[in-house]
Amino acid sequence: MNDKKEHLEPVQLLLVDDERGFVDIISKRMGKRNIEVTKAFSGTEGIRALRGQDFDVAVLDLKMEDMDGIEVLKLFKKIVPDMPVIMLTGHGSEQAAREGIQFGAFDYLTKPCELEDLIGKIHAAIEKRR
Amino acid sequence: MVLIITLVSLTPLFLVSGIILYQFHVSYKEKVYDHLGELIQKHTQNIDRFLKEKLADIRFLAETFGFEDLSDEAFLRDRLETLQRDYGPVFVDLGVVNAQGLQVAYAGPFKLEKAVYSKAEWFKKAMNRRFFISDVFLGLRGLPHFIVAVRDNWKGTHWILRATIDFVAFNNLVENIHIGKTGFAFIFNTKGEPQTKPFSDIMPDRKTYMHFLTRTEPEKNRINIVEARDHSGKKKIYVSSFLKHGDWMMLFQQDSSDAFADFRRAMGVTVLILLLGVFGIVTTALILSKKMVNRIARADREKERMNEQIIRTGKLASVGELAAGIAHEINNPVAIMVEEAGWIEDLLEEEEFRKSANLDEFARALKQIRTQGKRCKQITHKLLSFARKTDPRVQDVQLNDLIAELVELSAQRAKYAKVVINTHLKAGLPSLKASPSELQQVLLNLINNALDAMEKTGGILDIGTRLEGANIIIEISDNGPGIPEPNLEKIFDPFFTTKPVGKGTGLGLSICYGIVRKMGGEIEVRSTVGKGTTFVITLPAKGGAGESPIHRRETTERQPPRNHHTSLTNTPPEQRYE
Repeated sequence: MNDKKEHLEPVQLLLVDDERGFVDIISKRMGKRNIEVTKAFSGTEGIRALRGQDFDVAVLDLKMEDMDGIEVLKLFKKIVPDMPVIMLTGHGSEQAAREGIQFGAFDYLTKPCELEDLIGKIHAAIEKRR
Repeated sequence: MVLIITLVSLTPLFLVSGIILYQFHVSYKEKVYDHLGELIQKHTQNIDRFLKEKLADIRFLAETFGFEDLSDEAFLRDRLETLQRDYGPVFVDLGVVNAQGLQVAYAGPFKLEKAVYSKAEWFKKAMNRRFFISDVFLGLRGLPHFIVAVRDNWKGTHWILRATIDFVAFNNLVENIHIGKTGFAFIFNTKGEPQTKPFSDIMPDRKTYMHFLTRTEPEKNRINIVEARDHSGKKKIYVSSFLKHGDWMMLFQQDSSDAFADFRRAMGVTVLILLLGVFGIVTTALILSKKMVNRIARADREKERMNEQIIRTGKLASVGELAAGIAHEINNPVAIMVEEAGWIEDLLEEEEFRKSANLDEFARALKQIRTQGKRCKQITHKLLSFARKTDPRVQDVQLNDLIAELVELSAQRAKYAKVVINTHLKAGLPSLKASPSELQQVLLNLINNALDAMEKTGGILDIGTRLEGANIIIEISDNGPGIPEPNLEKIFDPFFTTKPVGKGTGLGLSICYGIVRKMGGEIEVRSTVGKGTTFVITLPAKGGAGESPIHRRETTERQPPRNHHTSLTNTPPEQRYE
């Protein structure tokens, strides 16, 4: 992979998704790519994690059981307004993603997505923040 | 229904006509009877007056001159001449008869001097009365005549002055009564013997007039009008009236058909009008009800078809929802599987596995998992794209990519239909400003229609794209059976379908038409029966917004003249939906 990034400080990522299997495997693969993933399996968990730690970027699934993704996004933006948020949406529900961008999300990806695409967006978000 | 309409409209017509006709008939009959009665009364009075006048003349003669003067035949002749001068040849002769019945004096054309009347019936009757008018009889002279006689006294004995009234003159009085073609009058005595010249052919039956003669006394003083059938069954009107103090009866007869001729004519016209009216009403009722029944039947059929289409659309929608749900559910496990494979790939890069003999085989297997996972993803994507509600949002669309995707999606169906799909896609087309899902719907619909058309025989489906100025042209041609010209006109109408009931909604092409128009383009069809059908969609390329890119004339000129060509739109400026 990208050797240059190996020596940098790991990226702190908050991954909020209620699909445990997906979160677990993405976390492992991201870990290999110098991205340290904090897992949250619901909107509530995500908010709790956000209060305890600073993150470089958050990835948020818009379709979760306990809370509407857009509501979680609004809360995230309230707590840490300058943290970029990348949204994951189901195919065909781009409408919600566009709405999310209006509420300050950085970008969105359609699920299931390529890991490389996701990592690309994460780096783009961090670049922009700087 | 025809029966009810006919009955309802005819009943009042018949009722009103019937009532009016009846009233008219009654009043007309009254009028005819009144008229006839009056006429007969007048004539009866005339004849009565005639007889009275003649009697008065003779009486005047008898009372003025007496037996002595009148017994002188020369004087009597003189008197006859005076009478004939005053009244014309009404008086035929004059005679003076003594109490023994011997005619003592005679003036007239016959040789009746000294004639003896003692046995004559009129003489016996005249001797018993002051005045006497006899019935018509032949007498001594052998000619029909009647006698007016006045009895007077001379030296204690009766004598009689008699005059013969010319029958022809009297007869004329009655013959003058002539109404219409068949109205004639006759006079009878109490025995029923005709007192006027009888017309044998039109004489009333004896039975009929005898009936009138047997009237009771009070009835004799007024006019009797009766309608009855004669021996031949013909309906006739009889009017009877008595004269000469009940001795004679005038009987007038006329055929009813003649008397009521005017009425019959009016009735004929009325009935004719009525019949025409009935015919008109029945015809109208028939035509109207037939029309109505047809219309209702058509509406029923239409409704049935609509219902089926609604059900079908509903089914499609629920199947679509189900598919979408499954696709969503499958997405996550597939994603996890692919990522797990990726994780193994990640791990294989580590030192300890690098020496493994099967490393290449691992790598190949993992790549395969990844590839197949991507394939699953594509399938679910397509399923979702197909099932979800169309997203009208306008994006930049690469038309060729979209077509390639659709061809891939249709490949399986095409294989079953033995259709070969050829694409001639112009490389480097500019992107379109359009809703991908809507555009996809349009193209998929046209492809599916073409496949349907060629399903039985197989064939070739050509899909081509090209650039013409600022427009992108998509041509979808099949070599199926083609569309007959009458249908070509209606092909974009909603609910028009040539597919069997339950197979097609008839909505596909009308939706296509709507979408293409919304994009600011146009869709045309040309078809030759037996050769195939071509749909041509012209869309403004990206950046062509605001221009009016397509002119109808331009497109028309492009068409080969042998083909039927229907141009459907005047292209509005491109519309955007955001």
